[in-house]
Amino acid sequence: MPNENLDSLRDRLAGQFQKIIASEFILTREEELRPYECDGLSAYRHLPLIVVLPGDIAEVRAVMRICHREKVPVVARGAGTGLSGGALPLENGVLLSLARFSRILDIDAENLVARVQPGVRNLAISEAAKPYGLYYAPDPSSQIACSIGGNVAENAGGVHCLKYGLTVNNLQALKIVTVDGELLEIGGSGLDSPGFDLLALMTGSEGMLGIVVEVSVRLLPIPQRAQVAMAAFDSVEKAGQAVADIIAEGILPAGLEMMDKPSLRAAEDFVHAGYPTEAAAILLCEVDGDNEEVSEEIARVRQRLLKSGATEVRTANDDEERARFWAGRKAAFPAVGRISPDYYCMDGTIPRKHLPRVLREIARMSEEFKLSAANVFHAGDGNLHPLILYNGNEPGELERAEKFGGKILELCVEVGGTITGEHGVGLEKINQMCAQFPPEELNFFHAIKAAFDPLALLNPGKAIPTLNRCAEFGAMHVKAGDLRFPHLERF
Amino acid sequence: MADISDQLQQQVQTAHAGRTPLRIQGGNSKHFYGNPVEGEVLDISGHSGIVSHEPTELVLTARAGTPLDEIEATLAQSGQMLSFEPPHFNGGATIGGAIAAGLGGPRRPWGGAPRDLVLGVKLLDGQGQVLSFGGQVMKNVAGYDVSRLMAGSFGALGAILEVSLKVLPAPAKTRTLVLDMNRDDAVRAMREFSRKPLPLTAACFLDGHLYLRLAGSHASVNAWKQRIGGEETAEHNTFWQRLRDHQLDYFQREQTLWRLSLAGKAPRLACEEHSLLDWAGAQRWVYTSASATEIREEVAAQGGHAQAFRHAAGIDAFQPMEPLLLSLHQRLKQRFDPHAIFNRQRLFQHD
Repeated sequence: MPNENLDSLRDRLAGQFQKIIASEFILTREEELRPYECDGLSAYRHLPLIVVLPGDIAEVRAVMRICHREKVPVVARGAGTGLSGGALPLENGVLLSLARFSRILDIDAENLVARVQPGVRNLAISEAAKPYGLYYAPDPSSQIACSIGGNVAENAGGVHCLKYGLTVNNLQALKIVTVDGELLEIGGSGLDSPGFDLLALMTGSEGMLGIVVEVSVRLLPIPQRAQVAMAAFDSVEKAGQAVADIIAEGILPAGLEMMDKPSLRAAEDFVHAGYPTEAAAILLCEVDGDNEEVSEEIARVRQRLLKSGATEVRTANDDEERARFWAGRKAAFPAVGRISPDYYCMDGTIPRKHLPRVLREIARMSEEFKLSAANVFHAGDGNLHPLILYNGNEPGELERAEKFGGKILELCVEVGGTITGEHGVGLEKINQMCAQFPPEELNFFHAIKAAFDPLALLNPGKAIPTLNRCAEFGAMHVKAGDLRFPHLERF
Repeated sequence: MADISDQLQQQVQTAHAGRTPLRIQGGNSKHFYGNPVEGEVLDISGHSGIVSHEPTELVLTARAGTPLDEIEATLAQSGQMLSFEPPHFNGGATIGGAIAAGLGGPRRPWGGAPRDLVLGVKLLDGQGQVLSFGGQVMKNVAGYDVSRLMAGSFGALGAILEVSLKVLPAPAKTRTLVLDMNRDDAVRAMREFSRKPLPLTAACFLDGHLYLRLAGSHASVNAWKQRIGGEETAEHNTFWQRLRDHQLDYFQREQTLWRLSLAGKAPRLACEEHSLLDWAGAQRWVYTSASATEIREEVAAQGGHAQAFRHAAGIDAFQPMEPLLLSLHQRLKQRFDPHAIFNRQRLFQHD
């Protein structure tokens, strides 16, 4: 579409939006649009046609009715911290920001539910619930900034998923505005509701099926106590086996994380967490619960780790030491960012038993592509984050990094895993979807999309590739130099 | 113990071509649940067997016709369990039926529903295509979550062929405590215990008794038993299984049994003439002389819904949906099963 047409469309939309929303919340000038050009995946950028910031559900509905009538695509955006380009705007589309939906509407402590607007930050929910002795369990690493609406769209995870589940396991109800501006209420006050599980279908649908305008999440009692053990191993295989041994012991850790030598060394140099830098890998194993349970389990964890061949096991003596053990893990991404001009973060999930093989293959590919890799691993739930180190200023390195990354994701699928554990497909992994799903399943996804959004106006081009596109090849990259929200923890 | 997916696929393809309605059946243990279905039986029970169980991966994959008994016995050998505690009812229940019905047992508020543990499914759609969604890993956000959508869909979207589930370690120690109290005090106690970090895995009130199940590490369970008090007898250990499978005397009436699902803190409703409170009050099994309309209006006012669970006698088994939500359901159904051959009317009385 030539620019004149886009300009006149922008003017027409702005004129219609002004009838329902104060003009300060309708952005059309380039300098106003610039902050919305990308999300946490800054390698992809477009200016949106127009940005609109509705202030309540009625305004969202009115915006959607206008866009539907005009057949203009709409991309919803929360805090914009996503890592897969899910909130990347369209040059011919409306960017609908939910930033003004920032109120906690109700903490129903007796029923263990918090009802919040979608722009509320993940961590703010737990902070509001704390006086009642409650918290919201899913804790994506960007939790100080990411919004709960975005968490729903991406089915966000965190380090406690093995025991406490993902976003989808901690939702009670949603209010959704449909593509034609209708309001849909899903879920209820009880633990189930009639009909299909649309709560599950909406969660992780990446803004393709509707706009989340209200979220009710389940709260949990804050555990009385948490304790962490750190174990060092002289081989990655032994560390992997120790994870299996802990599970076989009947222990369900609240967090179970692994770092390989390159990542633990980078982290140690950066934050001095006290990690043994001669180790081939370390494990962090946290248990939580009441006092009696934690005392019993941490002793079992310690014994088990030693029996599994740990060269050293240290148990945090107090909260300060516990925070220090975790600080290294939580700083792993920026730590790697210090030792390499750029890095490229992957997000595959594998059946845990294949970890040694996958790490061996990654090491082999590292030689093949002549690029280093550091691995951090949510070992409890099999979610692997290899970080490929490269220098974007060296000709050809970025392309090699992208190829390397693509190969890792294909390997994840080959061993029975998935191309994305928690970052979402977005635009970034849309090509790798073709490696994971045959045409029949992809067609099925398109059919589901059509049931909600027959004109494909909601976040078009994301999450589910067209069959034509599946001939192409693509990859993802996070340039450390460009990483948005550098202050956010990424793990 | 056989893979009969080819045979099932043929039957569905034939039915699709001839627009013949099919009634999906596993162990037939929940035939009473949902609206009556007419149709040729698609018998899944022969499609049976555990495909894989790797205790250290916490994942089990089984064909849909595998009996729950078999799965639970296999898991028990490695000290594991299905944390949603699915009902077996008459004993023949299969894993496919447990997922399709979406029912959790007494542990549900703490251990999750079937949908929370489903990691992947293989299914036959209404055209007889075999499709796979999800997988065998805990974290997977590639594509829409079709596997969880199958849980609780009563076969309306397709016939489940195989399912992969997250399984969990069984607790080292379980104790059941019984306290005598009136309903108001019991409800207060259940809600209060739910808000505390204690190893509660079931809470039920029936006939002046509050039943609590504690499960976890020995030290923790014993410590909380000391704090809470109450009676503990051998007979009570089977209470939860009899509650789960509706074998308690309470369930033996030849009268419509209503299942109310609502906020646990919701007050006693006028229609609750006789009720058993499970899930710390969030699931109520009710016998009443109130009409379906009265019950449903009352429950809806509390944000919940009511199912005519047994002996429904012509009453729509499920709470009617808002028109907008219903039309979305119909569009989804149409895309999964274009000729509506699967379990016609079971979920929607008028489709």
